[in-house]
Amino acid sequence: MVDAPMLELRDAARYFDVSRPWLQRVIAGEGKRLLRAVDGLNLSVPKGTTLSLVGESGCGKSTVARLAVGLYRPSAGQVVFDGRDLAEARAASDQRRRMQMIFQDPYASLNPRWRVRDIVAEPIRAFGLLPNRAAEEARVAELLTQVGLSPLDGHKFPHEFSGGQRQRISIARALSSNPEFLVCDEPTSALDVSVQAQILNLMKELQSRMGLTYLFISHNLAVVRQVSDRIGVMYLGRIAELAPAESLFRRPRHPYTRALMEAIPDLDMTGRVRIPVGGEVPSPITPPTGCAFHPRCPLVQPRCKAERPELRSAGDAMVACHAVEEGRDAA
Amino acid sequence: MTGQNPLLEVRHLRVEFPTRRGTLVAIDDVSFTISAGEVLGVVGESGAGKSMTGAAIIGLLEPPGRIAAGEILLDGRRIDNLRYEDMRRIRGKEIGAIFQDPLTTLNPLYTVGRQLAETMTTHLPITPAEARKRAIGWLDLVGIPAAAQRIDSYPHEFSGGMRQRVVIALALCAEPRLIVADEPTTALDVSIQAQIIALLKSLAREKGTAMMLVTHDMGVIAEAADRVAVMYAGRIAEIGPVRNVVKQASHPYTVGLMGSIPPLDRRVERLAQIDGAMPRLSAIPKGCAYNPRCPKAFARCSQDRPDLLPAGPTQAACWLYDGEGTHHG
Ligand SMILES: Nc1ncnc2c1ncn2[C@@H]1O[C@H](COP(=O)(O)OP(=O)(O)OP(=O)(O)O)[C@@H](O)[C@H]1O
Ligand SMILES: Nc1ncnc2c1ncn2[C@@H]1O[C@H](COP(=O)(O)OP(=O)(O)O)[C@@H](O)[C@H]1O
Ligand code: SF4
Ligand code: SF4
Ligand SMILES: [Mg+2]
Ligand SMILES: [Mg+2]
Repeated sequence: MVDAPMLELRDAARYFDVSRPWLQRVIAGEGKRLLRAVDGLNLSVPKGTTLSLVGESGCGKSTVARLAVGLYRPSAGQVVFDGRDLAEARAASDQRRRMQMIFQDPYASLNPRWRVRDIVAEPIRAFGLLPNRAAEEARVAELLTQVGLSPLDGHKFPHEFSGGQRQRISIARALSSNPEFLVCDEPTSALDVSVQAQILNLMKELQSRMGLTYLFISHNLAVVRQVSDRIGVMYLGRIAELAPAESLFRRPRHPYTRALMEAIPDLDMTGRVRIPVGGEVPSPITPPTGCAFHPRCPLVQPRCKAERPELRSAGDAMVACHAVEEGRDAA
Repeated sequence: MTGQNPLLEVRHLRVEFPTRRGTLVAIDDVSFTISAGEVLGVVGESGAGKSMTGAAIIGLLEPPGRIAAGEILLDGRRIDNLRYEDMRRIRGKEIGAIFQDPLTTLNPLYTVGRQLAETMTTHLPITPAEARKRAIGWLDLVGIPAAAQRIDSYPHEFSGGMRQRVVIALALCAEPRLIVADEPTTALDVSIQAQIIALLKSLAREKGTAMMLVTHDMGVIAEAADRVAVMYAGRIAEIGPVRNVVKQASHPYTVGLMGSIPPLDRRVERLAQIDGAMPRLSAIPKGCAYNPRCPKAFARCSQDRPDLLPAGPTQAACWLYDGEGTHHG
């Protein structure tokens, strides 16, 4: 309890300038255009736990992931890593070593011209973690074994592996600097379901063995249910609902969370028709006024269009919705 | 026009990769058909040969990979032995391809509107103005918000999921008769996925488009496919109507695959997993390729290779079904 959380976002925002070139803007007489990919976001990830983020494409999940490891600087607010401002922490290599990222695309994230052993050893070398070549070789062999590959695979190049194997290589690489905090952006989304089961089991195993903290990003609610302690549902750059995993599934509160759950395909083929979330994700350049979900929300009221709902406690969840706050979400 | 004949027919397909250490067989004696308006789902672990089968069909096998045996027929006409230029014309016009990785399909230097419009004017008898109008329509159809405003954006200005929707629009816009879709919705969230699957399905139903749908998402298969082929180590392990494959699989590999799907309605400490990995192409086990991982393997499995056998409503390449399962214990 006294421990600082591993990661905290305090009113963090990330804006992108998507204006047209200056001359075109002047001719058309239009101003600058800002895309608010993430805005006013608060969350914290306690040590040794997994916080997952889910939400539709473009809602800002990857942007949060990049903020969390310092690939982006916040445009406003603060990102705090283990009690220190992230920018400050990242200036010190012994702090940088503590966080690593696993990307969705195991094809693009590995350098095709490097042998696997060099890919895996790269963080060890960058941070000067081991004294000599022999120690490094032993460590790489251990890492490859840990992720279910063979030490002999070290001689090969990434293209000689399947997608699941490449994701194991990414995980071995991420683990090589002995990190405590892993940001995983859709780590199994490009994988087959049987390989996904192996990778998820592996990630859980590594977490309990090494006490790792995860920020886990996925669009697959069934996957998220298996790995998370807490889940944040994002909509258009903000948190709509943040709740312990079990509560979220037992009793989703935010109308958007409920819509997401109903949109899941019916594997049991009970004949249940999926109800796609009505309408479209609005453009993040010109988000709707008030609650950004209001154009698609079945519970919308005039207040929703005028006033943005704050994230407030509702039972053991945090929910940003006027209907929940007013208690008219019961039905 | 062609009556009951399947639109796509793959016969005894064999794909080889000559390497310094010998020839690797990536696809070994694969046969299946897809009729107009039918969706064939293809599932299996990474490396099973799903993408390779798709690439062989659309004529984009990466060299030195090559079709070493078998035939591929589109509407009764062989397309596996065409010259590059002829095949390029068929691709795009008659066969639309949707790949796993949107970045390999989209040109980063052109706006998405230009890419869509050029594809249409190349393959359809329409004016550039009409093409631009349709481009906006396609973007809208695949769920890009504010399509008319975003048509002049470049691919990098879209999120990963939105880029994939652009790729889907690009594959559909020339109205091909066959769509080969390799993991088209893998990177998409459920609500967009629902839209895309609904769109692909309605194309199949209404326009009679045939589709080979490669995905690892069994939910998508359950919803979209008419039949399913399960691939393992370059061969079809099981093929049959979707309901039977998903709910009462015959082949032990299919059973394992279905078991590894994370459940939505509860949390399990450890997901069921098939241990080990699919064999490398250079080390495919003798007999049934699945035998080292198979909980039901018996003596014959490590000796003889099973071909597809009738197994109730499906066909399974498994010795358990030789003489309807008299061997197993
Ligand atoms: N470098 C950039 N320049 C301009 N806009 C950007 C940039 N990166 C992201 N965006 C925009 O910011 C928003 C959030 O993008 P982000 O990649 O974080 O979404 P996401 O939730 O990860 O989506 P997906 O599920 O599709 O991966 C999107 O509208 C996207 O188009
Ligand atoms: N360029 C290549 N050289 C040798 N083998 C390859 C090459 N490309 C792919 N393979 C192998 O061919 C097999 C089938 O691959 P693929 O069709 O991509 O599988 P899937 O799509 O089912 O994941 C795999 O074992 C893969 O490792
Ligand atoms: S605040 Fe209003 S519009 Fe937004 S989710 Fe709640 S009820 Fe719906
Ligand atoms: S043939 Fe034998 S090893 Fe292969 S799947 Fe059937 S029982 Fe298992
Ligand atoms: Mg993303
Ligand atoms: Mg593939």
